[in-house]
Amino acid sequence: MAGPIIRARGLSKTYRISEKQPGLAGTIKHLLRRRHRDVLAVDGISFTIEPGEIVGFLGPNGAGKTTTLKMLTGLIHPSGGELEVAGHQPFRRQARFLRQITLVMGNRQQLIWDLPALDSLRVNAAVYGIPEAEAQRRIGELAEMLELGQELRRPMRKLSLGQRMKAELLAALLHEPAVLFLDEPTLGLDVNAQARVRDFLADYNRRTGATVLLTSHYMGDITALCPRVLLIHQGQLFHDGSLADLTQRLAPCRQVRLELADLHPPEAFAAFGQLEAHQGHLVRLLVPRAQLAQQVAALLERFAVVDLEVSDPPVEELIGGLFRQRDSSAEAAQ
Amino acid sequence: MSWAWRVARALLGSQYALMLEYRAEIALWALSGVLPLIMLGVWSGSGAAAAAGLSPQQLSRYFLAAFVVRQFTVVWLIQVFEDDALQGRLSPLLLQPLSPLWRYLAAHFSEQASRIPFVAVMLLAVGLAAPGLLWLPSAGDLVLGILAIVAAFLLRFLLQVLVTTLCFWSERAAALDRLLMIPYLFLSGIVAPLDTFPPAVRRLALATPFPWMVDFPARLLAGEPVNVALGFGAIAAWCLLLLPIGHWLWRAGLRRYSAMGA
Repeated sequence: MAGPIIRARGLSKTYRISEKQPGLAGTIKHLLRRRHRDVLAVDGISFTIEPGEIVGFLGPNGAGKTTTLKMLTGLIHPSGGELEVAGHQPFRRQARFLRQITLVMGNRQQLIWDLPALDSLRVNAAVYGIPEAEAQRRIGELAEMLELGQELRRPMRKLSLGQRMKAELLAALLHEPAVLFLDEPTLGLDVNAQARVRDFLADYNRRTGATVLLTSHYMGDITALCPRVLLIHQGQLFHDGSLADLTQRLAPCRQVRLELADLHPPEAFAAFGQLEAHQGHLVRLLVPRAQLAQQVAALLERFAVVDLEVSDPPVEELIGGLFRQRDSSAEAAQ
Repeated sequence: MSWAWRVARALLGSQYALMLEYRAEIALWALSGVLPLIMLGVWSGSGAAAAAGLSPQQLSRYFLAAFVVRQFTVVWLIQVFEDDALQGRLSPLLLQPLSPLWRYLAAHFSEQASRIPFVAVMLLAVGLAAPGLLWLPSAGDLVLGILAIVAAFLLRFLLQVLVTTLCFWSERAAALDRLLMIPYLFLSGIVAPLDTFPPAVRRLALATPFPWMVDFPARLLAGEPVNVALGFGAIAAWCLLLLPIGHWLWRAGLRRYSAMGA
């Protein structure tokens, strides 16, 4: 397929929500005269994604990420805008479209809780029209990649959270979808399990060329997998580009961490940048990018430096800071 | 092997395996369906059946047959659908190229199959407790009776699909289904054979889908004289009426679906 595999233009979604005051009076009032409020969950976002890309979808809770994913998969109808995924309008939910996509939700499962995963996989293979021999081959291959073996023969309820998530991934990928929508696929997993899921996704993308759109609250998932990120806040697209660009955009300064041989008062660092932390021999400064080389040279000349590290501030902190700043400006404007 | 046949086999196989996991629960469900047997006790002690022209044997056979029909026409679609929708389990099903309704239908058939041993034991217990109550229907009555039970189940399933689609508009559509239980109980023939109804009520009942869900298959199994063509025709007509309405409501409902909980 030539051109983008996902194309969204001015995509929006408005939910109508009924509002009720607490208490008996509120309940009676609500019964007699319902009050509704329109909530704009997604506000005219536009983006395109090329086949084979892995894109991270970032934003705080309630930003509109999951609503966007639901529109992209065809689970809900957009209120406005244009949307095309794999050459189809998702909300029409044609079988040919559904065979090309998959949605994995970290907090939800599609496999039957009281049966071994293999039973559900057999059903999925039939539903997607995968010949039995081919289904066996794919199950074997994916199970090997995911390090699953006898676990597939045990009831799902008897598996650990990490094993269940891997079985869910296997089920979601059995029909070899061209587009993967992953909503918090590592939610609740321990660090090792998270790393294994990430490795698997990267490997799967390399092997199959599948397009991946991933939401995650774990920045580790995003930094490990996504060369490109979409940042959404209050339903609007704030950034579409690389994580490095985002960091540069959000952080005009770089972080300089120093371990000094001697003790110095905080005032001693005022000329070198913004003092972020000062604890004994350890000092952390924020230095504007343009002055970095010059200030680092000056620091080395002025102090007896045991160790020095220059880095970007953690991206979670930057994004969190940005959203707090935007939220408080929005509140002030109201 | 065609796609449909393979899907049906896989769905029925997995759902039957699932129902066997819940066998204790299913035994209790089967036990809870003894209302026709209770009604048999109530009617046997009164002279009302005789006044309506039913012999004690006709009465007992009718209620035993109604017990069997009831066991294999139970529909619980709305409860499971509502729960799946609220818990977010419906969304993954909607993203597969197969309507979730087929899964629910397979689950019902599998549940009925897993009920067979329990129903057989209960009938055996009735036979031991009151020898002479059980009878063996003729081959023709048995085949027609089984077909009528399947048709009656499909009609009940379709009727509940209609109510189930209201889950897209209301989070508690199951309450409406409980309301439907009232006409179902009184007009289907579970609490009294239709022959015992006053003529006007009987005519009214026959204009609804309910008597075709219990009274018709029960009378076939009991060996009562029945207009077979009329019975199957009525079920087919109701199905043909409900099918497009259900299809339309389902599609309209999907447009409203907000994938809550998912």
